[in-house]
Amino acid sequence: MAIPALTARRARLNRLDTKGSPYLYVLPFFLLFGAFGLFPLIYTGYVSFNDWDLLDAGAHEWVGLANYRELVQDPYFWNALGNTLSIWVLSTVPQLLVALWIAHLLNHKLRARTSLRMGVLLPNITSIVAVTIVFTQLFGRDFGMVNWLLGVVGLGPIDWQADTWSSHLAISIIVAWRWTGYNALIYLASMQAVPHDLYEAAELDGASSAQQFWKITVPMLRPTIIFTAVISTIGGLQIIAEPLLFAGSSTPTGGSDRQFQTAALFMYEQGFREFRFGYASAVAWTLCLVIALFAIVNYLITRRIANDEE
Amino acid sequence: MLLSRSVRALTAAAAAAVMLTACGSGGDEGGAGDGGNVTLNVNLFGNFGYEELYKEYEKANPNVKIKQSTAAYNDHHRNLATHLATNSGAGDIEAVDTGFIAQMRDVGKQFTDLGTERQSEYLPWKWQASLTKDGQQIGYGTDVGGLAICYRRDLFQKAGLPTERDKVSASWAGGWDKYIEQGQKYTAKAPAGTAFFDGAGALYNAVIGQAPVGFYSEDNTVVVGSNPEVRKAWDLVVRAVQSDLSAKLLESSPEWNNGFAKGQFATIACPAWMMAKIKDQSKNAAGKWDVAAVPGGGGNWGGSYLTVPKQGKHVQEAKKLAAWLTAPEQQAKVFTSKGLLPSIPALYEKPEIAEYKDPFFNDAPVGKIFTTAAKELKPQYQGPRTGDIQTTIRDGLVRIEQGKQSSDESWQQTVSDVERLAK
Repeated sequence: MAIPALTARRARLNRLDTKGSPYLYVLPFFLLFGAFGLFPLIYTGYVSFNDWDLLDAGAHEWVGLANYRELVQDPYFWNALGNTLSIWVLSTVPQLLVALWIAHLLNHKLRARTSLRMGVLLPNITSIVAVTIVFTQLFGRDFGMVNWLLGVVGLGPIDWQADTWSSHLAISIIVAWRWTGYNALIYLASMQAVPHDLYEAAELDGASSAQQFWKITVPMLRPTIIFTAVISTIGGLQIIAEPLLFAGSSTPTGGSDRQFQTAALFMYEQGFREFRFGYASAVAWTLCLVIALFAIVNYLITRRIANDEE
Repeated sequence: MLLSRSVRALTAAAAAAVMLTACGSGGDEGGAGDGGNVTLNVNLFGNFGYEELYKEYEKANPNVKIKQSTAAYNDHHRNLATHLATNSGAGDIEAVDTGFIAQMRDVGKQFTDLGTERQSEYLPWKWQASLTKDGQQIGYGTDVGGLAICYRRDLFQKAGLPTERDKVSASWAGGWDKYIEQGQKYTAKAPAGTAFFDGAGALYNAVIGQAPVGFYSEDNTVVVGSNPEVRKAWDLVVRAVQSDLSAKLLESSPEWNNGFAKGQFATIACPAWMMAKIKDQSKNAAGKWDVAAVPGGGGNWGGSYLTVPKQGKHVQEAKKLAAWLTAPEQQAKVFTSKGLLPSIPALYEKPEIAEYKDPFFNDAPVGKIFTTAAKELKPQYQGPRTGDIQTTIRDGLVRIEQGKQSSDESWQQTVSDVERLAK
């Protein structure tokens, strides 16, 4: 009689194990996310409804939607948002195309293939600060290498920080330098998951290498392309360290006329130079919503593009 | 994700600030010590010339280790304000510049009261500027700026200008208009790749530093838009820029540092602390620099304080060190080693200061030049956002240097930006 009872208990435990333990396994993530993700997010939301002076030991007063009302009428916010979108487009679109191309190259049988594959990741693991400082020197007005090269082909020196287009271009190059290899590796990983017999069959049918790439590789990569587009959107709209350091003067206004101040940098300026914690939080939340919106739009667009190609 | 990412970016930015400008800190880690040992963190910007003094202090106080961190001017003050706001992360001793002392004074309860014992030692206005409304002293004065013009003899010679310092001083004794005239003469025959002065923002700070009233009236109202002196200084600097005299470099940027090494400019507005920067950045030009009187005479730009934030772990030890670093003997040493002008007037009469000649500056009698400047100095009232207003005006002038805006357009934008700042 003891045996069935034992079995029943064991079965119960078993059931509990299969049903319960997965939650236990994922629990650490949710605890960490709760502490470092969700709580700050909600708290920032609360702060954004206050007039909150960071400097005065956090003295604050509930003001409802006043910060948001001010924000939509603030030309410097819209300027920053425009700069962010421009830098984002300039860096992301070429970045993903080049990454796709690099991944395609790395997918061939090459000598020292592993080193090359590791090599494309190097810019990404280099400190963002170091990369930006080096690039800012390359883009220097008086003694920069880029201007020197332009001079060799007879083009005048460019004051990269001074103009909107030149500063956006320079910052986009810094961003693209860091993330192209990262995206290339992601593309490469999923390229390797494409069944080889598809290519063999295509070859038998006389498809060229380019045809194979566009007709087999790209459609098979669809989920990955969507993923990288969404991730790049999230990252690209939050650019802050590059424009801050590119200015060279350690002021968070993004150039003399705010010509390369991004939205994240504007948030930093409001929070940590103006000490308007509430207003900065309103910027943070608005930026969060804008990013979510763009990620969704991006998802829909990339899905359609990939569908068309199928 | 949004937050964690921006936090990471901010950390990176802060690290950047430290990396960008860390000029040889003390080096030795506090580490695990014997019982009773304390490590004091001293956070500075620029060069205070304290490295040698730390060693001396550590020798006399074997239980104390001193760790210095240096950041860029704006970063340093932003970091300090943030650390005060979050009530953690500030050093045991924090330097504060004249441009920010009023802002810190307004949150005086965050700082240790340093008492009144040393009041009689100091220049009265220096003492007053770091005193809160209810009479709490938040900072010991380190140095005052004073004003002179540092110039490159070799470049002047190549451009056919007189190089001897009395003649140079005389050539613009009539005021800044004469300085611009000399600049035009310089530019006409200037060696290729050089300009007359470093950048519009720095020149502006010197010019406005001579006005009796600057950005604030004494009741803490911002008067940038209404004070004619502010606009007068603006017009003058714009004229200098439009005469093509500016090397268009941002003060304290990496490019500006580089400009010293490459000899991109022949003159620079020179408060005493600027001499320390020149020595750091143009080591290859020792003896080529010289110091002349400032056009118009008098004036002040900068000068600093050492404060002891209340949140520090070793407030008493920190107070002791701050008092020692700013004591007359140490201020005298820092003057002869780095050129920082003491804020203790009794020192101006001492021969080792008043008669000091600096070999780096072609044996210029910097002691005489700067003690005279300090005695003639008429202090200007500084309000809470002075430092940020300076930056805003600089950006306005940079827009003109970059050819983005006309003087009037830029002025209007600057005034509205300043109003926004001061709101």
